[in-house]
Amino acid sequence: MDKVIIAKDLTLSYNSNETIINQSSFDINSGDFVFITGASGSGKSTLLKSLYGALPPKKGELSVGGVVLNNISSKKLNFLRRHVGIVFQDYKLIKEWTIEKNVMLPLIISGYAKDVSEVQVQKLLTHVKLNHQLGKYPLELSGGEQQRVAMARALAHNPIIILADEPTGNLDDYSSQVIWNLLEGACTQLKTTVVVVTHHIPETMKLDYKHFHIEYGSIYEVT
Amino acid sequence: MKSLKSHFSLIAALFTILFTVQVYQILDRSISSYEESLRANYSMVVIATSALDEGPIKARFPLVRSLEEISPEKVIKRLEKDMDKTSLGLLRATLPKFYKLSLEHYPQPEEVDMLSSKLMNLKSIKKVESFSQTHDQIYKLLVLYKGVTQIFAFAIFIVTMLLIAKEMRIWQFQHQDRMNIMALFGAPMMLRSAVLFRLAIMDAIIAAILVLITFSIISANGWAEPYFADINIHVDIFNYAKDGFLHFAIALSLSTILASLLILTHKEEV
Repeated sequence: MDKVIIAKDLTLSYNSNETIINQSSFDINSGDFVFITGASGSGKSTLLKSLYGALPPKKGELSVGGVVLNNISSKKLNFLRRHVGIVFQDYKLIKEWTIEKNVMLPLIISGYAKDVSEVQVQKLLTHVKLNHQLGKYPLELSGGEQQRVAMARALAHNPIIILADEPTGNLDDYSSQVIWNLLEGACTQLKTTVVVVTHHIPETMKLDYKHFHIEYGSIYEVT
Repeated sequence: MKSLKSHFSLIAALFTILFTVQVYQILDRSISSYEESLRANYSMVVIATSALDEGPIKARFPLVRSLEEISPEKVIKRLEKDMDKTSLGLLRATLPKFYKLSLEHYPQPEEVDMLSSKLMNLKSIKKVESFSQTHDQIYKLLVLYKGVTQIFAFAIFIVTMLLIAKEMRIWQFQHQDRMNIMALFGAPMMLRSAVLFRLAIMDAIIAAILVLITFSIISANGWAEPYFADINIHVDIFNYAKDGFLHFAIALSLSTILASLLILTHKEEV
């Protein structure tokens, strides 16, 4: 199996005084569904940030989708991000844009033709059961609906990896289950690698997954 | 509403700069026009014992535009009744030559002094008369106004630029979320900042159009004309092609430079 994420002796920190992740190594295969857990402040979100290039490695080596993230140029980073889908706890939707335009964002960035983008957006919004809301703005939707829009946006450009940071952190049980189903579907049907940072692994998970736990700056696989 | 307010602030700041530029332009044109009117009306009188050639004088003194002999016949005619022909002939032969000397531009007092003393160095020239004193005071007053306006315009420019920079900072804050989200999906800098540039360009165009309208109204109602007529000058309050282009160029340059600075100093949220 192809390794889509490789971390070798990875050290992450925001400043020179405090190390968040200390010389940790792990790898993730293409098509894996991976959970990263840990206590609050353990460095889960920091690790995820480093995976989409928002925080460069302090030491060691990190590559995602074959792109080495150490000293990465902005051009290369943009290229990588066009192949990654990201979902956040606070949705990060552009509130001045309609649902349709929000989902279309990765397609606009990747330079898809307008008619192709519109078909793809319609398909995805139907998939997340929001095709009747496409003219609405994010603040007109519930939290669960906004997260489904964020999921549709993360899937729009057929990414090789989906990175999700506490995607159900703000949602009720029903909406959480919808999101887990969508993430599982992306992994099983589209063979997308899914990396989810969470406090709790849902008990309803049907597919096999990998589980990494972070404690005292070290990442280890839970078997 | 907030967005409208921030637009208004940028448009108002740009409008102030362009308005000041146009006032300065009008003052500059008034001075040039007044200089031209002074130059056209101004001449020196040269008295020489023998005939002067225009060519060598012009070649030697670049400030000289023309040298024209003033005919003494008018004076001699008045004396015809009181003098006989022999005396008149003698007078004609001994009378010095009078010349009207026109200049290329309205001279500074130092230039007049310099030219007078150089002309006086020529053997045949006995006297040089200049009449600059009366024109000088108005001219000096206009030049003083121009200097004051320059300082005033510079101060306005600095203050309004600071205001614009502050407004842009607010814009940056307003657009930061969208720019960060676009960056997460790999949008290049130009795409992320397209809205910012669009808004900056739109506001620049609105400000330039407002200045154009304002000065068109001032120009059309003829409010300033009598003031210019009083000092015998005509000034174009607003030249649609030249001034219009200048204002659009200044407004677009300022707003795009500031938007670029804002984008270059923008840091992605970590």
